[in-house]
Amino acid sequence: MNGIALAVRQLRYENRAFWRNPPAAFFTFAFPLLFMLIFNVIFGEGAARFFTPAIIVFSVVTATFTNLAMNITFARDFGVLKRIRGTPLPTWAYLAGRIGHAIGVTLLLVAIVAAVGAVLYDVPIPWDALPIIILVLAVAAASFSALGLAVAGLMPNADAAPAIVNAIVLPVLFISNVFIQMENAPDWLNTISYVLPVRHFADAMLDLYASGADAGVPWAGLGVIAAWGLVGVVVALRFFSWEPRR
Amino acid sequence: MTTSDTAAAAEPAIVVRGLRKSYGSFEAVRGIDFEVARGEVFALLGPNGAGKTTTVEILEGHRQRTGGEVSVLGFDPGRSERALKERIGIVLQQTGVDEYLTVREVVEMVGGYYPSPRPVDEVIELVGLTDQANERIRKLSGGQKRRVDLAVALAGDPELLFLDEPTTGFDPSARRQAWETVRGLTLLGKTILLATHFMDEAQVLANRLAIMSRGRIIATGTPGELIGAASDTTLIRFRLPDGLRPPDRLGLRREGAVWVLESTVLTRDLHELSGWAMAEDVELADLEVTRRSLEDVYLQLTAESGEEAS
Repeated sequence: MNGIALAVRQLRYENRAFWRNPPAAFFTFAFPLLFMLIFNVIFGEGAARFFTPAIIVFSVVTATFTNLAMNITFARDFGVLKRIRGTPLPTWAYLAGRIGHAIGVTLLLVAIVAAVGAVLYDVPIPWDALPIIILVLAVAAASFSALGLAVAGLMPNADAAPAIVNAIVLPVLFISNVFIQMENAPDWLNTISYVLPVRHFADAMLDLYASGADAGVPWAGLGVIAAWGLVGVVVALRFFSWEPRR
Repeated sequence: MTTSDTAAAAEPAIVVRGLRKSYGSFEAVRGIDFEVARGEVFALLGPNGAGKTTTVEILEGHRQRTGGEVSVLGFDPGRSERALKERIGIVLQQTGVDEYLTVREVVEMVGGYYPSPRPVDEVIELVGLTDQANERIRKLSGGQKRRVDLAVALAGDPELLFLDEPTTGFDPSARRQAWETVRGLTLLGKTILLATHFMDEAQVLANRLAIMSRGRIIATGTPGELIGAASDTTLIRFRLPDGLRPPDRLGLRREGAVWVLESTVLTRDLHELSGWAMAEDVELADLEVTRRSLEDVYLQLTAESGEEAS
């Protein structure tokens, strides 16, 4: 079997194991929807126009970055990665299978959030901008996956993973136009948030939801996101470990 | 074709020459040599921290060596080549399979990484998990999970198998079962490198073994050779009531509450001892006469190497 066939095969086993843990699978999907529900109750009907694209961003970041940073660390500390490395399965094929699965879950999650926004909260899906949305989602999912692997590479141990990942993700989401609108935030905080990738992803999705295809392709934002993705790839290649750190 | 087959069969499965491995200033392996012939079960025996796992992991390709030469099935394991990985199977000390898949699924999944896997049902039967084939791994007991490890290592039908402490944590009956499985593998012509700190395991399974201590090999041979070479003495052990001493001329020594005599002329020594006991009217409590076991040799050798080092 060639590497790509092996990666696809690995993705299918990954998927089978994923659905065998129904509580974990359920909350992966329920979590973003729960946020959507709470925000709309608190901030009122009109807020859905802001929160639907924002929760899509949140979904992509958690299903790629958070998921991979934690689960690859767990796989490493429980000896799964070391075992794989002793077999002829190319290690890239194993990682491609895992990343592919994370991205598959992400796409399903995005579709669900968009559908809930459209049906329950009357936030129309900007169909005319679909090719641009797919491009933005693809660049973001790839970059946040790479950053997830990078953080897994730097992670000291599995016990620390949830705390460290949340300490990275939550503050970044708070200053990136995802949970809170940044209009009234001080300039310096906006400057910081524009250095980070999530802000550009959130702004792009908000624009596309507000103006459809008229928003155009957010090349500059995509550039920042992709640059962070490259940093992720470099750090992952340098620090990735197949065995628990001692 | 025939000549190259013969050459391949004659060439040892593993050759290790002057192997060294340091972690910073700590030398885990300090220059060892050994060979493992094809079809042989070779054991690395030694206490924890002797350097067994480091050695095995260098041969598996999990670790880079600091010095020396290593050949596994004609490959350098340090280069992590797929062609080598297709021909070896590894049982690590730690388990690591997806707990939500069934035994059959895991064996199928791993078998698919190899060019010519062994049939799934055969692998499962070989490790004695036929009744649990459709159970998810997380439902299995600790000993059964360890057998899944072995099944995963066998899935690709490897020529050479690395077993690192395969029975640690097993109850006595599970250990016997595991030993039977390993014996079954040798009948299939597999070469096995076993790392263990259990003397009985090495004695039962290995054709040849090397005793390791503090990063060095301190003895190599068949179990019989090692027992014979270390000494051809027999041990006499017994207890005496407090305050009583056996006559000095017999050369006894004390190990705690037990008196020990290392005898090379057993009949005479026993006669003298029992004669003395009858004359004194004392009982030689818990009297034992045993031939040295591999355990005695091992304890003696590792203790000697410890004294040298310190």
